[in-house]
Amino acid sequence: MKSQQAANRPDNTAFTQQRLPAWQPMLSAHFVIPGFLLIGMAFIGIGVALYITSQNIQVLEKDYTGTGQYTACSECADMQTIPCICNVTFSLTTLFTGPVFLYYGLSNYYQNYRKYQVSRDDVQLWGDVTKSPGDACAPYQYIDNKPIAPCGSIANSMFNDTFSLYQIINGTMKLVPLDGKGIAWWTDYNIKFRNPSAQGSLQDAFNGTMKPVNWSKPAYELNPSDMNDNGFLNQDFLVWMRTAALPDFQKLYRRITSGDYALGLPPGDYVLQIEYNYAVKDFGRKKVVFSNVTWMGGKNEFLGVAYIVVGSLCLVMSVVMLVVYAKYKFADENA
Amino acid sequence: MIRRGLDRLLGRGEGRADSRTVYVGHGAWSPAQPFTPPRYCDNRIVSSKYTLWNFLPKNLFEQFRRIANFYFLIIFLVQVIVDTPTSPVTSGLPLFFVITVTAIKQGFEDWLRHKADNEVNKYPVTVLDGGRSTRKESEKIRVGDVVEVLEDETFPCDLVLLQSSRDDGTCYVTTASLDGESNHKTHYTVPDIETDLLLLNATLECEQPQPDLYKFVGRMYIRREGQEPAVRSLGPENLLLKGATLKNTSKISGVAVYTGMETKMALNYQGKSQKRSVVEKSINCFLVVYLCILLSKALVCTTLKYVWQRQPGQDEPWYNQKTQKEKDTDLYLKMFTDFLSFMVLFNFIIPVSMYVTVEMQKFLGSSFITWDRDFYDPQIQEGALVNTSDLNEELGQVEHVFTDKTGTLTQNNMEFIECCIDGFQYKYGNCASELDGFCVEDGPVNKLQRKAGREREELFLRALCLCHTVQVKEPGPGLGPVDQVDAARAVEERGFIASSPDEVALVKGAMRFGFSFLGLDCMKMKIQNRNKEIEEYDLLHVLNFDPVRRRMSVIVKSEAGETLLFCKGADVSIFPRVREEEVMRIRTHVERNATEGYRTLCVAYKKLSTEAFAQADASLREARLALQDREEKLLNIYDQLETGMNLIGATAVEDRLQEEATVTMEALQNAGMKVWVLTGDKMETAKSTCYACRLFQRRTELLELTVRTLEAGGQKCEGRLHELLLDYHRRAVQDAPPAKGGVSRSWSSAVQDYGFIIDGATLSLLLKPPSSRYTSLFLEICQNCAAVLCCRMAPLQKAQIVRLVKNTKGSPITLSVGDGANDVSMILEAHVGIGIKGNEGRQAVRNSDYAVPKLKHLRKLLLGHGHLYYVRIAQLVQYFFYKNLCFILPQFLYQFFCGYSQQPLYDAAYLMMYNICFTSMPILAYSLFEQHICIEILMDNAILYREVARNASLRWGPFLHWTALGIYQGLLFFFGVHCLFRNPALQDNGQVYGNWSFGTIVFTVMVFTVTLKLALDTRHWTWINHLVIWGSLAFYVFFSFFWGGIIWPFLKQQRLYFVFANLLSSVSAWLVIILLILLSLLPEVLLVVLRKPRASHIQQLKMRSSARKHRDFLSNTGVI
Repeated sequence: MKSQQAANRPDNTAFTQQRLPAWQPMLSAHFVIPGFLLIGMAFIGIGVALYITSQNIQVLEKDYTGTGQYTACSECADMQTIPCICNVTFSLTTLFTGPVFLYYGLSNYYQNYRKYQVSRDDVQLWGDVTKSPGDACAPYQYIDNKPIAPCGSIANSMFNDTFSLYQIINGTMKLVPLDGKGIAWWTDYNIKFRNPSAQGSLQDAFNGTMKPVNWSKPAYELNPSDMNDNGFLNQDFLVWMRTAALPDFQKLYRRITSGDYALGLPPGDYVLQIEYNYAVKDFGRKKVVFSNVTWMGGKNEFLGVAYIVVGSLCLVMSVVMLVVYAKYKFADENA
Repeated sequence: MIRRGLDRLLGRGEGRADSRTVYVGHGAWSPAQPFTPPRYCDNRIVSSKYTLWNFLPKNLFEQFRRIANFYFLIIFLVQVIVDTPTSPVTSGLPLFFVITVTAIKQGFEDWLRHKADNEVNKYPVTVLDGGRSTRKESEKIRVGDVVEVLEDETFPCDLVLLQSSRDDGTCYVTTASLDGESNHKTHYTVPDIETDLLLLNATLECEQPQPDLYKFVGRMYIRREGQEPAVRSLGPENLLLKGATLKNTSKISGVAVYTGMETKMALNYQGKSQKRSVVEKSINCFLVVYLCILLSKALVCTTLKYVWQRQPGQDEPWYNQKTQKEKDTDLYLKMFTDFLSFMVLFNFIIPVSMYVTVEMQKFLGSSFITWDRDFYDPQIQEGALVNTSDLNEELGQVEHVFTDKTGTLTQNNMEFIECCIDGFQYKYGNCASELDGFCVEDGPVNKLQRKAGREREELFLRALCLCHTVQVKEPGPGLGPVDQVDAARAVEERGFIASSPDEVALVKGAMRFGFSFLGLDCMKMKIQNRNKEIEEYDLLHVLNFDPVRRRMSVIVKSEAGETLLFCKGADVSIFPRVREEEVMRIRTHVERNATEGYRTLCVAYKKLSTEAFAQADASLREARLALQDREEKLLNIYDQLETGMNLIGATAVEDRLQEEATVTMEALQNAGMKVWVLTGDKMETAKSTCYACRLFQRRTELLELTVRTLEAGGQKCEGRLHELLLDYHRRAVQDAPPAKGGVSRSWSSAVQDYGFIIDGATLSLLLKPPSSRYTSLFLEICQNCAAVLCCRMAPLQKAQIVRLVKNTKGSPITLSVGDGANDVSMILEAHVGIGIKGNEGRQAVRNSDYAVPKLKHLRKLLLGHGHLYYVRIAQLVQYFFYKNLCFILPQFLYQFFCGYSQQPLYDAAYLMMYNICFTSMPILAYSLFEQHICIEILMDNAILYREVARNASLRWGPFLHWTALGIYQGLLFFFGVHCLFRNPALQDNGQVYGNWSFGTIVFTVMVFTVTLKLALDTRHWTWINHLVIWGSLAFYVFFSFFWGGIIWPFLKQQRLYFVFANLLSSVSAWLVIILLILLSLLPEVLLVVLRKPRASHIQQLKMRSSARKHRDFLSNTGVI
C-alpha cells in the first residue's frame, strides 16, 4: 500500500516542487543610489586619467597625397616618373617624446571590402607555395599558369611607399634610424605566417611561383638589408595583411627607438624623404603620422570623454533617484 | 501499398452501402450460391506514422512544412548556390541540429508506437476455423472469423457475442482503456444460438463502422435446415469492443464484425484537433515584423550599394579588381544575388533556435505541473496529468471559465437525504425509535405525525429498488454461497456499480429503509423486503435513460403476475405524464428541495394490462430490430408507454460541494475571470449551487431568461425574448458605469452585481436564425455579469456557448472544466480544457489538455503555474527577438563602412554559436525557473493575475520597448567601438588592430550585455540560474581563447587567430567593453528602479520572510 502510494506520488524534492533555494535580489534604491554614486565617481576618475593621457600624446600628421589643399609631393601625384622621390619638411619646437611611432594612413580605402578581404590564401601564407592558390585569390591567382606567391588582392595591393627621416643639423641631413622590427603581431610573425621551406636560399623556396603583379620585387627580396625580414615574414607585409576595420585607417610603419633618438625627436628641422609609389588619388588620400603611445595606445579622446560623460550621467541619475525616492518611495516602503 | 490502396478503393465502394453483411465463420449463405467473401481491412492496428523506409522523406517533409524550418532551408540553399558572405555551414549546422533533434524525438515516439502496435498485432488469438481452433496472430483476423477470448484478455477486434461460458448468456467486460469506466458492464449473447458454433450457419447484417462507442445496430439471420431464417436484433449490448477486457467470465466466442482500423476504438483515436496558443500567434506576428525588417535592411543595403558604386573611383579601384566572371555577369542578376547575399548576412535576425527553445521550455515546463505535490490527491492516488504541453502559458491568460456543475463544482458523491411519498416528507434521521428507521418529519399538510399508507410506502421503496440499472459487484472467488438472511449485508459489503451515482444513492437509500436490492440474475431482479423476505421480479424491459427524455423506466413482472412499469426522472419530464392532483401534492416539496441544492427525482408507476404489455412488447422488439432510425422509433414507443402514470413520490439526493469550491471560485473571479456554470441540471438546483459557492451573492440581481420568464408574459416567446433581452441590456450594460480596465465590480461593493440565468431551450431559441442578431446583445449582458448560469444544457449546447464566447470581439481565452462525458464537447471546444479526475469515468480526462484531481487545484494551476508560465514564455519570446536584433544591427551598420560588400562583422563561428551556445541556456533556465513573484503570493493575491491578462507582455507596447532596447544597444555597440577604432593603435606597443578585432570587441560587449540584461530581469536566482548565466559567459571567454588559440586545419582563413587574446592585452579594449556594457544596461537599471512601486513587491518583501519560516517549519517537522 505504502509503496504504491510512493510510486504515484510526485517526488518531494526542492527541484520538482519549484522550491529551490533562490536568491531574490531586489534592485532597490538602498543600494542602487550608492552604487551609481560609486560607479559615477570611478568613471569620472578613469575618464579624467584617460583624457589627460590622451591630451599628452603628441601627434604629427602630414598628408602627402599631393593633390588638393596639401601640396606636399604634388610633383609625384600624377605618377609619371617611377620611382618618384619627394620630401616633406617639418620642424619641431619641442621634444617629440619617444619612442616615436611612424604610421602611414590611408583614407577611403576599403580593405574591409568582402571580395578584397577574402582574396588571400592562408595555407599558402603558412608556407605551402607548392599547392595551387585558392580560388578566392582570383584574379591574382596565376600568371602564365604559375601560382602567384603571395596570391590575392590584399598581397597584390601591398603599400609600397617608403619613408626615410632626416634631421637637418646645420644644413646636413642626419639619418634618423627607423626600426622595422616588432611592428606586426607576435603571433603573426611567429606562428600564423611561415616562409616556404626548401634546401638552399629563400629564393629556391619560391621557385616556380610568380611575384604579384603590382610588386616590383619578389617576396624574397622585400628587405635586402635583413634576410629574416623577407618572404611571407616581412613585417610590412604582415602589417598589411591584417586588414583594417574601417575605410579610414592607419598602419604602423616604423618605430624610432635607437641611437640619439631613443628618447624622442629633439626640436629642430626634419625632412621626410618619401619614395612615392602608391596611387591613391583616384579614390582617397594618404598621410604619414608621427605619434607616441601610452598605456592606452594611440591618441583617442573618445574614451576619456565617454567615461567622463557616463560617470557624470551616473552621478546625476543617483541624485535624481535620491530626490524621487525621498519624495515617493521611502514613504511607501515604510508604510 | 498497392493492396492497401485497392482496399481503400473497395472500402470506398462499399462505404456507399448502408450496411455490411458478415458471414459467420465464413459459411456460405447457401451451398448453391458461389461464395465471395467481401474484402474488409485486416485487423492490423497502425498507429505509427512512419515505416523504416518512408521515415526520412516523410519526416523531413513534415518538418519543412513548418514555416521557420522552411525559411532556414531556403537560406541554406541560397548560401549553397550563391556566393554569399557566410559559408553554408553557419546556417546549415543549426538547421541540421534542429532537424535532427526533432527527427530523433519523433522517430523515438514512433518506435514506441510501432512496439505497441506490434504487441497488439502479434498477440496470439484462438480462431475457430472450419471446425478446428487454431492459434493465429491477432492481425490476421478477418471479418467473419469466430474468435475465442479467455478471461482477462482484451478483445482483438469488435466482436458480436455468440457464446459465453456463463449459463445466462452474459459476459462482463470493463472498458477501462476505452472510456476509463472501471465498472463491469454486462453484455448479452445473441439469443437462440446453437451451443455448437460449428453448426451455426448465420449471416449478420450491421451498419458500417462508426465511431460512437455506444451505438451499434445490426441484425442476425440464423439459418436452420428447412426453416425460414430466424432474425435477431443486435444492439450495443451484443457488441464487444476492441480494447475492452473480459471479466468474470471464463470464455466467450464472438464473430468479428469490425477489424483493424475500422474498430470503434481506432475510429475514436482520430481527429483530436490541435490547439494553438495565443503566444504562438504573437510569435508569428513578431516574426512577420522581423521578416519585414530583414527585407528592408537587405533592400536598403542593395540600393545603397549601387548608388555608392556609381561614384567615381568606388566601383573598381585598382587594388580590388574584379574577376572576368564578375565583369561578365548581368547587372540585374548581380543586384539580385547581392540582395540574396544581404538576406543571408542578416538572416540571423530570425531566431533559428527560438522554436527549439520554446518547445523545450514547454516540454520541460509542463513536468512541473505533473510533479506538483499539491495536485496529488491521496484518495485516488494520482496527481495532475498533462496531455499537451503546448498550452502552459494559456493557463495564465484565461478570461472566461466554463465549469460543469455536477462532479466539478459538486462532488458527485450522492447521499440520499429525504423523500416524499404522496406529499409526506420522510427523512432518514436520528429518530431510531421508529420500527423501521423510517420517520416522518413534517408533512406539508398538517403538523400531525402522519404517514402515507404503508402500501404506498412499500410501493415507493420497491420502485426505488427496481427502477435502475445498478449492478451488484461480483463476489470474490473465495466467498462461498451466501445464506439468505445475510444476503442484504453481503450485498452491501460488495457494493454497487452503476453508471450514475444517483442510482446507487437511491438504491442505498431504499436499503436503509428496509428494501434491499440483491442483484439481477437470469433477468430476475431479487429484492429483500422489510420482512427479510426475498421477492423476485422478472425484468422484462429496460427503457434506458437518455438526456432528451430525462427519465428511465423498467417493466417488470411480479411474482403475483402483475406487469408493472416503474419510471423515475426529472420533475419536468414526469409531471406532464401523471395526474394533475398528484402533482399538486408533491410539487412544493420538489421545489423546496431544489432550492436547497438537492437533486430531485420523481418516481411514478403504472400497471400494464396483459394486452397492453403484449402490444408494447411486440413494438419494442420490432423497433429494436430496425436497422434504420432505431433510436427514433424506440423513443416514440417509450414516449407512448410512459404516459398516464401514477406519481408515487419524489426523492432528494444531496450532492455536496467540492472542497474549497467557494474559495476557488472567489479567487477566479478576483483574478478577473468570468465564471459561467454550464449544467444539464435544473435551474433551481444549479442556482442553489451557485449561491453555495458564492458565484451569486445575496446582493446579486438575477437576470433570468428561461422558459418560465418567457411564458410569464403570455405573449409569443420570441417577442418576449427580445423584450427581456433589451430590458436586461439596458440595466446591465447601459446603466452600469463603464468598467475600468483594472478595477472590477467585485472589488467595489457600491456597484450593483448582476447574475444571468439562461436555460437550454431559451438558448436554442436565441441562437435560431431570426433571433440570432440578439446574440451580441446576450453576450454583452453576459460580459457585464459577475457570473452566468446556463442550466438544462445539452452537451452540444455547452460547446455552442463556449464557441459563441470564444468568437466574440477580442477573442477572449476560454477554459472549460468538467469531469464527465457530457463535458467533453466543451472541453474540446475551449482554448484550454481541464478534466477533473472525478468518478464519472475518464472521458473528460482523456480529452482534456490538463487534468487535475480536484476543482480546488484549478487555483494553483491558473494563478500559480499559469501566471508563471505566461511570464516566462513572454520573456522568452521577447528576449529572443531582442537579442537577435542587437546581434544583427551592428552587422547591418557595418555595411555602411565596408562599401556594402556584405562583409560580416563577426567570425562565422560566432555567428553560428551565438544563438546555440552563448545565449541560449540562460534564457532557457530563466523560462523554466523564474518566479518573479513566488507562487504563494500569486495564489493569495488573485488580483495579480490581471497584470498579465489579455496577453499583456506580448502586445505591441512591450514588443516595441524590447525592439527599442535592441536598437539602442545595437547602435551603441557598433558606434562605441567605431569611435574607438578611429585610431586602431590600441596597444601600448603601437601595433594596430584589424577588422576581426573590431567585430570581436562588438561581439564580446554584446554577449555580456545580453546575458546581463537577462540577469537583471531574473528575480529568482536558483543555483541553476547562477550556473548557466555565469557559465555561459565563462564558456564564451573560454571558447574565444580556444577558437583563437589553434590554427584550425579545416578553415580556409585563420581569421580569429589570437585576436581575442590580443584584445585582452589592450587596456583600451577592456575599458571600452566595460563602458559599453554599463551604458547599454543603464536605461534598464533606471527603469527597474524608477518603475511605479507595486504593492506586490512590498508585500513580497514582507511575505518572503513568513513563507520561509513556514517552509522551515515544514522541513523541521519532517513533512518533507
